[in-house]
This record gives sequence, structure tokens and C-alpha cells, in this order.
Amino acid sequence: MGKPGEVPLKTKVRGEVFIDDLRCKGCGFCVEFCPTDVLAMSDGYNPKGYHVPRAVNAAVCTGCNLCGLYCPDFAIFGVRNLG
Amino acid sequence: MSADVIAPPPPENPTEDWLREERIPHIWCPGCGIGTSVNCFTQALEESKLDRDNVVIVSGIGCTGRVAGYLKLDSFHTTHGRPIPFATGLKLANPKLKVIVYSGDGDLFAIGGNHFFHAARRNVDMTVICVNNMTYGMTGGQVTPTTPIGAKATTSPFGNIEEPFNLPFIAHSCGAVYVARWTSFHVRQLTKAIRDAIAKPGFTFVEVISPCPTLFSRRNRLGDGLDAMKFYKAHSEIRNGADTREVAISHQSKIICGKFVDITRTTWHDAQAAHLHRVMGNRFVPPRNWEHLIKSDPMEDLVAETIRDSSGDGS
Ligand SMILES: Cc1ncc(C[n+]2csc(CCOP(=O)(O)OP(=O)(O)O)c2C)c(N)n1
Ligand code: SF4
Ligand code: SF4
Ligand code: SF4
Ligand SMILES: [Mg+2]
Repeated sequence: MGKPGEVPLKTKVRGEVFIDDLRCKGCGFCVEFCPTDVLAMSDGYNPKGYHVPRAVNAAVCTGCNLCGLYCPDFAIFGVRNLG
Repeated sequence: MSADVIAPPPPENPTEDWLREERIPHIWCPGCGIGTSVNCFTQALEESKLDRDNVVIVSGIGCTGRVAGYLKLDSFHTTHGRPIPFATGLKLANPKLKVIVYSGDGDLFAIGGNHFFHAARRNVDMTVICVNNMTYGMTGGQVTPTTPIGAKATTSPFGNIEEPFNLPFIAHSCGAVYVARWTSFHVRQLTKAIRDAIAKPGFTFVEVISPCPTLFSRRNRLGDGLDAMKFYKAHSEIRNGADTREVAISHQSKIICGKFVDITRTTWHDAQAAHLHRVMGNRFVPPRNWEHLIKSDPMEDLVAETIRDSSGDGS
């Protein structure tokens, strides 16, 4: 985040990733195969005791949904920003 | 903000629309590859733009056999080894249907092997997707016809000694018109292969090499599902058009992937229609739902010819 009034470096976010913590089983497929390294496994646990991924680098998400294609638990997906 | 501005609905997972949501979460273990193949399958259906009401999915028994039950399609969970004869029956009763069999290596090639061979031989119009995790996942990790030599299983604690089946070769030699193999790492290619297989008339086969971390990987000390996926990434080689005799998989060997077979052969329904025209002449009235099959017939000319020939005899 820039200072107030500063023009942000990147004005348009290309995509967004959504994570359903309750469904995730912590396999790490999404983290490993995201082409732009948006994701990392968090230290926290979901109620079932699995570590869940977080978008630590959300600005570079392209919304390609490769994470969604890999996720065996239907717990994550990306959408392209059409704006 | 004025009251009539409605926030857009939150986006939905593209797979969601195809799932029986009330059954999710599914039973598959963390890092199991079956769910990944399901994403590719639903994506392929999405791209195929088929009328969902005409798509049926048939599974046998096993972890993979659960797929049918999770999908919001006309789903049939049949007895162990029998999804192919069940699917053949569906296709006979209503040839308009797009029939897809989705099951495991044990279900399709051990108890159900015979059915696979003959449906391929007859070129019954259906797509068979086999999730090959090289074990009987559901029953605790026994040897299947695809377990590589040397791999440990519940029933081979010191390592398997039996020669495994090379599934693309079997499908090819039995008469399948489309044969491809991908792993659950190759999500884009797998999606395309499933889409192409579904679009093609005749018996089409897609093998998906897939991790079973809980039983196969653990017993063989190969790590978890992610380790298997990384292995596929590092050790698979894409060789489209490869000779199917040369794509056998050994324990932790290179996995040759690609589209191996894509040929045209008269389907069972087309052969039947052409034959009945030929022997019965005008008395052959195609059953309801057959017309489009006859029209899309690669043997269209033959059918037209037989209709012409037989229309003269008036018997
Ligand atoms: C007639 C019959 N025999 C045996 C079984 C036990 N059984 C259930 S699933 C299964 C094997 C499934 O293996 P596979 O098709 O490879 O599926 P996976 O679980 O590996 O996905 C067996 C032997 C059964 N249900 N019915
Ligand atoms: S949508 Fe694509 S870029 Fe975004 S997190 Fe998923 S895999 Fe990464
Ligand atoms: S792929 Fe799915 S289940 Fe696996 S860690 Fe990512 S969100 Fe969780
Ligand atoms: S036992 Fe193996 S095949 Fe069955 S759900 Fe678990 S990992 Fe998947
Ligand atoms: Mg199996």
C-alpha cells in the first residue's frame, strides 16, 4: 500500500483467488503449481487440523484457475478480473 | 450507496456447478489424485457444451468408483467391475446418450477386464476414464493388474512379481479408437484428452496415472500426494503418437504420456444399423434415437447405398 495520494504501482488486479478453508485438506498442490507463486501454506490450521494455503502474493494472481484444476478437494479457485 | 445497487454474487468454483454439493467434502484422502481428475473431467464437459440431460456417468466400486456419486449428472454406481456392461446397456437402450465410464484400475482391469476388452472390440460408443493408482485403494492397497514389478502392496509385502498390464496397449489392441494417457499433474492436457475422447464416436479410453498417497505411496515409502505429483512432473515424457507397445510403466520409471491412438472405425451401432438395412431392407425401421447415429455415420455412404439397394426389392 502506498502513501495517501500516491499512485499505486499496479492499478489493475488481473485475477483473484478464493479459498474455502473448510474443504481444504492441506495437500499443497495449489501452492506448488501456481504459475506465479501467489500461494503459500499458512501455519494455521482449519477445524479439521489441516494447514491451509494463503494468497501471500495476491497482486500477481492472474486468475488462471490452475489452482482450481489441481485442487482435489474443490477448495480453491481463481477468477480473471474482467474489469 | 443507493439501495438499488446490488452487490455482484460472490464467484463460484467452476467445478461447483457439476457437484452434488451436499455430498462434499468427499471421502478421498488428502493428496489423492482422483479429485484433480474430476476437475479436468468437469472442465472438459463444460467446454464440450453437451446437453447435460444426455450425459450419463457410470462407475464401478472403489475410491474412483465414488466419482459418479459426487457428480450432478445422471449417475450410476454399479457393482464391482461392471460399469462397462451397464454402460453398454444404457447406450443400447438410448443411443442418444453420451455414456462415460469413470472407474479404477482394479475395477476396470481385474474383475472387469473382460468387459473392457469386448466393449473395445465391439467399438461401443462410450468413453472410459481409468484412474490408475496401481492399487486397490478402497480395500487397503492390494496388488492390481497395473501394480509395477517390485512395488509393495498389502498382498505383496516383499514386492510384486507379476507383470503388469500396459493399459494403452491393451485398449489399442482390443480396438479402442482413441487412447491417451496423462497423469494428474497434466491437468490441461488431461482436460483436452477427455474433451476429445468424449467428442469422438466409438470406444475411447483415457488413462490417468494418479497418486494414492495413503496406500500405494506410503507402503512404497514414496512420500505424499504432492511428492507423487512432483515425480510425475519430473519423470514424465510427452510422446504423442508413441507405439503403445512401448509405453509400459515400471516401478518409478519414466511415464510416457500423450495421445497414442486416434483412428476411425465403425461403431457397434453404425455397424448394426448398416447391417440391418442390408438384410432387412425397408422392413428395418431404426429405433427411435438411432437416426442421428446413422447420419453421423462414418459409413454413411454404405448405409445410404444399402437403403438404395434395399428400397428396390420391396419385400
Ligand atoms: C464382487 C466384489 N469383489 C470385491 C469387492 C471389494 N472391492 C471393493 S473396491 C475394490 C477395488 C477397487 O480398486 P480400484 O478399482 O483400483 O479403485 P481405487 O479404490 O483404487 O480407486 C475391491 C476389490 C467388491 N466390492 N465386490
Ligand atoms: S488463479 Fe492462477 S495465479 Fe491465481 S492463485 Fe490460482 S493458480 Fe495462482
Ligand atoms: S490444493 Fe486444495 S486441498 Fe490442497 S492445499 Fe490447495 S486448497 Fe487445500
Ligand atoms: S485410499 Fe488412495 S485412492 Fe483411495 S481416497 Fe485414499 S489416496 Fe485416494
Ligand atoms: Mg486403483
